[in-house]
Amino acid sequence: MLQTLERQDAPAAAPSFRDQFLQGFKFMVLARLMDDKMASLYRGGKIHGGVFLGRGQEALSVSVGLSLKKGDVFAPLIRDGAGRLAFGEPILDAVRTYLGSALGPMRGRDGNVHRGHPRRGLLPMISHLGAMISVVNGVLMARRFKKMTGDVGAASIGDGATSTGSFHEALNQAAVEKLPLVLVVANNQFAYSTPNVRQFACAHLADKAAGYGVTAHEVDGTDLGACLQTVGQAVARARQGGGPQLVVAELLRLCGHGEHDDAHYIGTRLKASPLGRDCVPAAEERIWRQGWADEATTRRWRQEAAQLLEETVARVQREPAPDPYHEDWRALASRHLSEQFETYPVLETL
Amino acid sequence: MSLTYLEAICAAQAKALADDPRVFIYGQDVGAFGGAFKATKNLAKEFPGRVLDAPISEDAMVGAAIGAAMEGMRPIIEMQFADFSTTGLNQIVNQAATLFWRTQVPCPITIRLPAGGTPGGGPFHSQSLEAIYAHYPGLIVMTPGTAEDAYSMLLEAVAIDDPVIFCEHKYLYYHCKADGLPTEAMPVGKARIARAGRDLTIVAYSAMVQDSLAAADELAGEGAEIEVVDLRSIKPLDTDTVVASVARTGRLLSVGEAWPWGGVTAEVIARVATEGFGLLDAPPQRLNARDTPIPYHPNLWTAHRPTVRSIAAAARNLLRM
Repeated sequence: MLQTLERQDAPAAAPSFRDQFLQGFKFMVLARLMDDKMASLYRGGKIHGGVFLGRGQEALSVSVGLSLKKGDVFAPLIRDGAGRLAFGEPILDAVRTYLGSALGPMRGRDGNVHRGHPRRGLLPMISHLGAMISVVNGVLMARRFKKMTGDVGAASIGDGATSTGSFHEALNQAAVEKLPLVLVVANNQFAYSTPNVRQFACAHLADKAAGYGVTAHEVDGTDLGACLQTVGQAVARARQGGGPQLVVAELLRLCGHGEHDDAHYIGTRLKASPLGRDCVPAAEERIWRQGWADEATTRRWRQEAAQLLEETVARVQREPAPDPYHEDWRALASRHLSEQFETYPVLETL
Repeated sequence: MSLTYLEAICAAQAKALADDPRVFIYGQDVGAFGGAFKATKNLAKEFPGRVLDAPISEDAMVGAAIGAAMEGMRPIIEMQFADFSTTGLNQIVNQAATLFWRTQVPCPITIRLPAGGTPGGGPFHSQSLEAIYAHYPGLIVMTPGTAEDAYSMLLEAVAIDDPVIFCEHKYLYYHCKADGLPTEAMPVGKARIARAGRDLTIVAYSAMVQDSLAAADELAGEGAEIEVVDLRSIKPLDTDTVVASVARTGRLLSVGEAWPWGGVTAEVIARVATEGFGLLDAPPQRLNARDTPIPYHPNLWTAHRPTVRSIAAAARNLLRM
């Protein structure tokens, strides 16, 4: 089961649209189930800190992950559980980081969505929105220095991050340097509780692209097929030397900002609008309609995903938590330059 | 052949570029123009494609340096003035400084900050921000006070696997000279006894080393032997050398050009008070700039920051205590 749900290196021939759609759907289901599980663990007091879900954004997110290849770089944001899986992040990394396992990639030093493996092209986000975009630019500049061609960098942001100085500086920088950057904006209509109308005043976020001299792509973020096509085209265009691409997807966040937020500010009319369509059942219905799989088959996929998740959570719950006595309390790679302060709290008093 | 502190910085960058293909320089006007202070003069021509003009985007400049460093490059970022580094503060303190701790992937970037006051510089071209950066875990902060150190420490900064904030003093650019390029250097993190003495220790860094040495000369004429400790780097800070000096003199004057609240001078005094309280024959003193923005007019500016005269006066007071 693990084999079928972890990203396989692509065969020589590009996968068919059908295969990509089905693969994307499976990752979406796993990501959605993981969200549900994390939300439930959060409510049970089993998670330190926040839980941030990607409900409603799986179709877009998974399209980014699937459009990238090995060697590309991806800076996901907080609602990219599906895209991370599709890019190749093991589900174990996600669960370990959420549960604070000492064996996870962040070893309890950072949690939840703040995880990654820079050496594998998966950048660990900081909380400051827009800050990862220029880091992706830097990776791409380094590849150019090293005469490595054909790699793409993708960064995910939301509508809120488009208001930051970092977004502006980084998109302009990518355009000046003609970098193969794909900047994917999930316009989920709210930045925490702030609606679009208090976030920006242009008619469409995609209009911003012209000001930077970059190509814009717009897509219905609730439609997996459309997302796969549009994001795939943007990635291909960047890979072919077309410079930075701005993808703006319209969708609705089907949850709060985090699990601490009941999202009461999202109105029922918006929820009932096409933006509020849930991309997971929508993709499933298309699979049935196209005859790519029947109900029994997708049900089985869901059960398999649920089982993988349960096994992973059970395994991680038995793993050790970080130990302050064995923690290496140094922030520098140059260990000999780390200072030893006399004012550290004495561990025995903890 | 003598060369200035500024020429030493340029020479160090030329050597770093020549010796290591992973090095590149990124900053505003650093390319064909050679930098606002000419610290990268001729480097774009000598090293085509490796000295890049950046848009006026300090945040993105540092962000890109971090990404490049993750990929194994060794970028040098030139901030046009230390003052403007605050626009890139987030990337420096939240991204660069935390990267290794979070991921075990090192972040070998060097950020050059042309720092400190010059006559006529005013509030936004004169700042000394070393204390802000030293406050954050995960950064190394260098403050060379001689042309020799400017050269050797910049080369070390590029070689170090951590982000280094390299505070180079704009006044020293032209007013501080070396007889030639140094062939050997003290290790990073070691302070230097710039002048030996037995009556009082002045701990200083960056341009204040030169002013403190001049003040010590003045006091020598009055029969006082002042020891001057040049910290060289403020993070790490060489407490051992400072405490050993205070053990010899019994008196400590901590001098810095930055603002008084918190900061390096306070840190030095805190460490001596904690680790060498019994060595002190008089209360430790410190001398900083005034707690206002930095004024433009030279009449105000010279009265705002420590000078040879005010350092000498502070030392005289302390000798009488």
